[in-house]
Amino acid sequence: MTENPARESRLLRGVHRTVTGLHPALESVVAGIVGLLIGALLMYIWGFDPWKAYWALLRGAFGGSYEWASSLARGTPLVLTALTFSICVRAGMFNIGAEGQMMMGAMAAVCVALFAAPTGLHLVIGLVFAAVIGALWSVVPALLKVYRGVSEVISTIMFNWIGRWLALYLAIYVIVDPMRAEKTLTVPASARFPILVRGTDLSASVFLAVGVALVMYFLLWHTTMGYEVRAAGLNPTAARYGGIRNKRTMIVSFLLGGITSGLAGATIAMGLPPSYAIFGGGGFPELTNIGFDGMAVAMVGRNHPIGILLAAIFFGGLNAGGRVMQFYGSNPVPLEMIRVVMGAIVLAMAIPELIRLFPAVKKQGERLFAALRRRRETRSKEGEA
Amino acid sequence: MSWMDIVSLLRIALHAMVPITLTAVGEIVGETAGLFNIGLEGILLISAFAGALGAEIGGPWVGFLIGMGVGAMIGLIFAVMATYWKGTQMVIGIGINLFAMGLVAFGLIQLGAPGFHSVPRDVQLAKWRTPMGAMSPMIVAALVAPFIIHWFIRRTRAGLVLKAAGETPEAADVAGINVNMTRLLAATFGGAMAGIAGAYMSIAWIGSVTKDLSAGRGFIALATVVFSGLNPLLALLGGFIFGFFQGLAEWVKTLPSKPIPFQFVSMLPYIVTLLVVSGAIGRVRFPKALGEPYKRE
Repeated sequence: MTENPARESRLLRGVHRTVTGLHPALESVVAGIVGLLIGALLMYIWGFDPWKAYWALLRGAFGGSYEWASSLARGTPLVLTALTFSICVRAGMFNIGAEGQMMMGAMAAVCVALFAAPTGLHLVIGLVFAAVIGALWSVVPALLKVYRGVSEVISTIMFNWIGRWLALYLAIYVIVDPMRAEKTLTVPASARFPILVRGTDLSASVFLAVGVALVMYFLLWHTTMGYEVRAAGLNPTAARYGGIRNKRTMIVSFLLGGITSGLAGATIAMGLPPSYAIFGGGGFPELTNIGFDGMAVAMVGRNHPIGILLAAIFFGGLNAGGRVMQFYGSNPVPLEMIRVVMGAIVLAMAIPELIRLFPAVKKQGERLFAALRRRRETRSKEGEA
Repeated sequence: MSWMDIVSLLRIALHAMVPITLTAVGEIVGETAGLFNIGLEGILLISAFAGALGAEIGGPWVGFLIGMGVGAMIGLIFAVMATYWKGTQMVIGIGINLFAMGLVAFGLIQLGAPGFHSVPRDVQLAKWRTPMGAMSPMIVAALVAPFIIHWFIRRTRAGLVLKAAGETPEAADVAGINVNMTRLLAATFGGAMAGIAGAYMSIAWIGSVTKDLSAGRGFIALATVVFSGLNPLLALLGGFIFGFFQGLAEWVKTLPSKPIPFQFVSMLPYIVTLLVVSGAIGRVRFPKALGEPYKRE
């Protein structure tokens, strides 16, 4: 071992670098664990048994083929809204507008119920509708940013609220089911995603999500346009000197984001049994927060399409398992705890090289411990004397 | 539109102004020092909930104190993560918002009524009887706070330190100013102001807690900060404009004739926010180091 100290130290450095969190995937895992621990702490404070709850959650998420199908179904729209966020982060912007774009997309998709078309084509028309409307809803904040310098954080949030109210209006007055005022028209069978596993929520929309993620990966890493988007995100000034038109890349990344969010709405309207409709009466229970949860997925997925697919399985599992957890016998933890965990995970993701903080904490602890021991020793000496 | 209508519209507008102005003024202090906190929405929500619980234990002032304390604590956590731990401020803010949405919805379920918790009238902050109708004393606080903060930033040494930490942290550091500590205090203050605003919503204005009580007000406050260009007096004006349109929306909803569908009226404050911000933006200049963690070379 001591024969080649240089090599040994290099090896140690490598191990150290891996453990101290320079590996992005590992950092996501650490953030996930930290989030779950904070969730456990809160459950404990509120008098729940966290281990029982997490056991129920785990079994509800990945305990069998039905549970897996349910988790993947919950993860499907999250992949698409996560892509919205991550494309814009890659371009150096924070697009928080997935929520509104997704709601508008869902409304556009429901509009296919207004006319008849052959099976398959009908579905494609709905997807195109949703993508176009999502993109339109996204392009206005982009234009405001490019031409008026309005922060996209503020404009996209305002568009979320405007979109939510507009979608509620449409769902309650325009594309409402004449028989049942609390829901929109039902998407006809010819425009639905086929169910993959009988008796579950999992429809072919999951292939759409995976496909879009792969297309975005290709666009961002293997085309000139994607290169320009990423270059503008890394250093806008350098990119401009390199001949990249930053305004165009901004608008392009917002348009792409709007398309994916619009499609996320479509996967819910056209691919979520049993209703195949949106419930405006309850204030969109099936749509609310899909856009915000997507941001958590994007961050844990490191804003990379492949990472997002993996993170969406995790978050889809949290959502599906949370539904089991809230009805788990003596220890029913409300589903909302899942969002607390998500927030904690995002907070943990915000800190670069999170795991580096632990040795610092340990060092402080050791110092404190040493000081205490020293004091006790001096005291016992005084006692002897 | 009769005289009484105008008075009642104005009264609603003044009440709606309070949370936006208080939050915006706190955020101006934070942004002057270089921290951009988009977690205000979450702070408003959590402190509204905590304030309501506090008021039920010990009356309205305890509620305000607890709301302020919780807000300051979240502001402090944000600041530690954004300064000493070099976190990305946007991401921390998004995390706070998600966390708050979950925690308040969870807390409301634990209180027994999913999605809604009403604060008993006797622990709400009493309103003053005036010729214009019942007015909350907090309106005075919202009218005075911007002037105090304006004086503090423009006229005191501590205000100068704040500006230095936000504008050129390197120079401030060389001059012996503890940049991270300055930012930490500023963001904690911003959190405390948002905490007061949150407690105001639940125990002095709306009188209940719902999971979407904040309804984008944290972001409207951020828009007000942008509109004001970090001038607290303009933030007061901005807060009044946004409050006025929120008040207008509330007022139109109560009209018996229902001239416009309720959903369109509800959009109004957000549309106005967008219009005002896109109109105001050209002349505004923000601190150079806003949003960047300070690292010593």
